[in-house]
Amino acid sequence: MSTHTITTQQVNFKVFRFNASEDYLPYYENYTMEVTSEEVVLDILNRIKWELDGSFSYRRSCRHGICGACAIKVNGRSTLACKERMNDMIELFGNELTIEPLSIKRAVKDMIIDKGDFWQKHDAIHPYLISDVQEHPEHEHLVTPKEAEELLEADLCIQCGACHYACPVVEVNSDFFGPAAFAKAYRFEADVRDDAHHERLQELHKEKQGLWDCVKCFECAEACPKDVNPIDKITKLHQMLFSEGVATSNVATRHAVAFKNSIAKFGVLDEGGMILYSEGTSIVKHIPLAIKMFTKGKIVPPWGITKSENLDEIKKLVASSSTAKF
Amino acid sequence: MKKLKYALFTGCTAKQSTPEQYMSTFAVAEKLGIELVELVEASCCGASHLQDYDDFLSLVLNARNIAYAEKHGLTMVTICNTCQLNTAMTKHRLDNNSELKEKVNEKLKEVGLEYKGTSNIIHFLYAIIDDIGLDKIKEMVVTPLSQFNIAPFYGCHNIRPSELQNESHKTAENPYNPRSLDDLIIACGGNSVDYVEKNKCCGFHVELQAPHTSAVLSGKAVAGAMDNNADWMVTPCPLCHLKLDTQTNHLSEAIGREIALPVLHMQQMLGLALGCSNEQLGFKHHIEKVNFI
Ligand code: SF4
Ligand code: SF4
Ligand code: SF4
Ligand code: SF4
Ligand code: FES
Repeated sequence: MSTHTITTQQVNFKVFRFNASEDYLPYYENYTMEVTSEEVVLDILNRIKWELDGSFSYRRSCRHGICGACAIKVNGRSTLACKERMNDMIELFGNELTIEPLSIKRAVKDMIIDKGDFWQKHDAIHPYLISDVQEHPEHEHLVTPKEAEELLEADLCIQCGACHYACPVVEVNSDFFGPAAFAKAYRFEADVRDDAHHERLQELHKEKQGLWDCVKCFECAEACPKDVNPIDKITKLHQMLFSEGVATSNVATRHAVAFKNSIAKFGVLDEGGMILYSEGTSIVKHIPLAIKMFTKGKIVPPWGITKSENLDEIKKLVASSSTAKF
Repeated sequence: MKKLKYALFTGCTAKQSTPEQYMSTFAVAEKLGIELVELVEASCCGASHLQDYDDFLSLVLNARNIAYAEKHGLTMVTICNTCQLNTAMTKHRLDNNSELKEKVNEKLKEVGLEYKGTSNIIHFLYAIIDDIGLDKIKEMVVTPLSQFNIAPFYGCHNIRPSELQNESHKTAENPYNPRSLDDLIIACGGNSVDYVEKNKCCGFHVELQAPHTSAVLSGKAVAGAMDNNADWMVTPCPLCHLKLDTQTNHLSEAIGREIALPVLHMQQMLGLALGCSNEQLGFKHHIEKVNFI
């Protein structure tokens, strides 16, 4: 048995400070502290408040990684303060650590943010089972372990908001539902007891909410302290839209389908043809750029594309392995 | 040292919209003493769009590509972040799910192929860092890029999801503080520029359905590099390159500010430092003029 020795090291913290009712602009306060190998990030927040500045504000409740209240950012990385070990942070980033709220533009006081947009999006996807429950059912509503597995652990979400405020699309497009809401939508879509399956999917498909606007950056997967992997659930929802026949023809769905068409024909992607198929008559807006690219040798016409060798294999596999229709 | 030999999965972009990347890959490989066997049989990786439509088909097609690398008994090298993601993701899923692997192999059998899981899949950037080493590369530099401030743009699909990405290479990368491309810039003698957007997304994948979002993300990246005195940018991903290089007028419009920088592929940067000619590196194919050569 190895004995556990507690080590200490000095860390410089740059801590975001702001009080929306008093300060015109946020600022950063520097604190140098001795950090022990036993501590988690929340211990540091507590020590700042208890030992250095009583006005320092942050949220925490359960201290068990369950309530989701304590999510903040350390050097740009979302983290649950009560779960994240200081040693791991030092290993990742060294001895200069910047502590910030999840979203600077939503800061109310220090680490505390206004999560209103998060909850609004969350509520909008009908995050509950919709089902005609009989008052006196004759038997239990059984869910087999295999059916429960279909949730892919989307039910582990603690609504901490880490993914939502790590998502670049949320920053740019205020209509975008964001990773947590989509993961939650999947959680109910995948539940065999839910009866609103079709309606919810149809709502998600509406363009302004942006199920198709996810840039696939994996920031949400990286940020989630519960390994919910929201981008994976978004992909599943995309697949569901097709498999349930909810997907209607729009530039995004045609874009996805265009890849199959092109692969079946060339093996590789016919980039110009893919844009033409996806955009339809809207193609005209791409023409100025296309001309520029053509003169620089960046556009290969369909007859110039080098097809994959052994293309017959690819054609055969596309024919035998396709599982989706549009 | 035994000569390095890889199976090269070019992806579609390098052979169509970024021919300069295709050329410079071979030019640099020659300088570094790497032999590349191009996987001419490979199909498109699906670019995570086919994956939205038909997951199983995308697995089968990617497994076929990998099977060809395995037939050569070689490591597969990719030169596109998104190819890396989709190919490595396929490998990860098949290697960790024997039932799925069997189902995929049932299909591959129809064309006389089998996915075994014997070839590693690694992006060219990490392949040269792991197998040649930054010190060795530094020794080979003939034209140090010391007069340039170079802004690295990593591209998501080489650094996230980090758990998957770090399976393929020895040098662990922290997606919140990536080092590989900075280190390569430094090995080439250049000054690497630090800026917030270097590990952020360029928005390529929603260019058609959400052009504004896409343009804002790329626009901010170029602006961030400019504000930190970058002379030019460098990226390991041809898709990022398309966003950053070919449509700066759209990006400028989206963020309300005139922006533009020359953007090089990592192979071109390396090629400049290793003494490849400008013709070999294909600078004439750029939209933003590479004005410093
Ligand atoms: S992968 Fe999609 S949902 Fe997740 S953070 Fe990126 S854009 Fe947002
Ligand atoms: S998905 Fe993960 S990161 Fe997002 S809110 Fe839920 S627990 Fe937090
Ligand atoms: S991402 Fe590409 S479209 Fe892109 S190259 Fe990979 S195979 Fe094809
Ligand atoms: S487009 Fe975005 S998601 Fe794709 S590689 Fe470039 S930065 Fe990553
Ligand atoms: S305090 Fe509840 S999750 Fe951290």
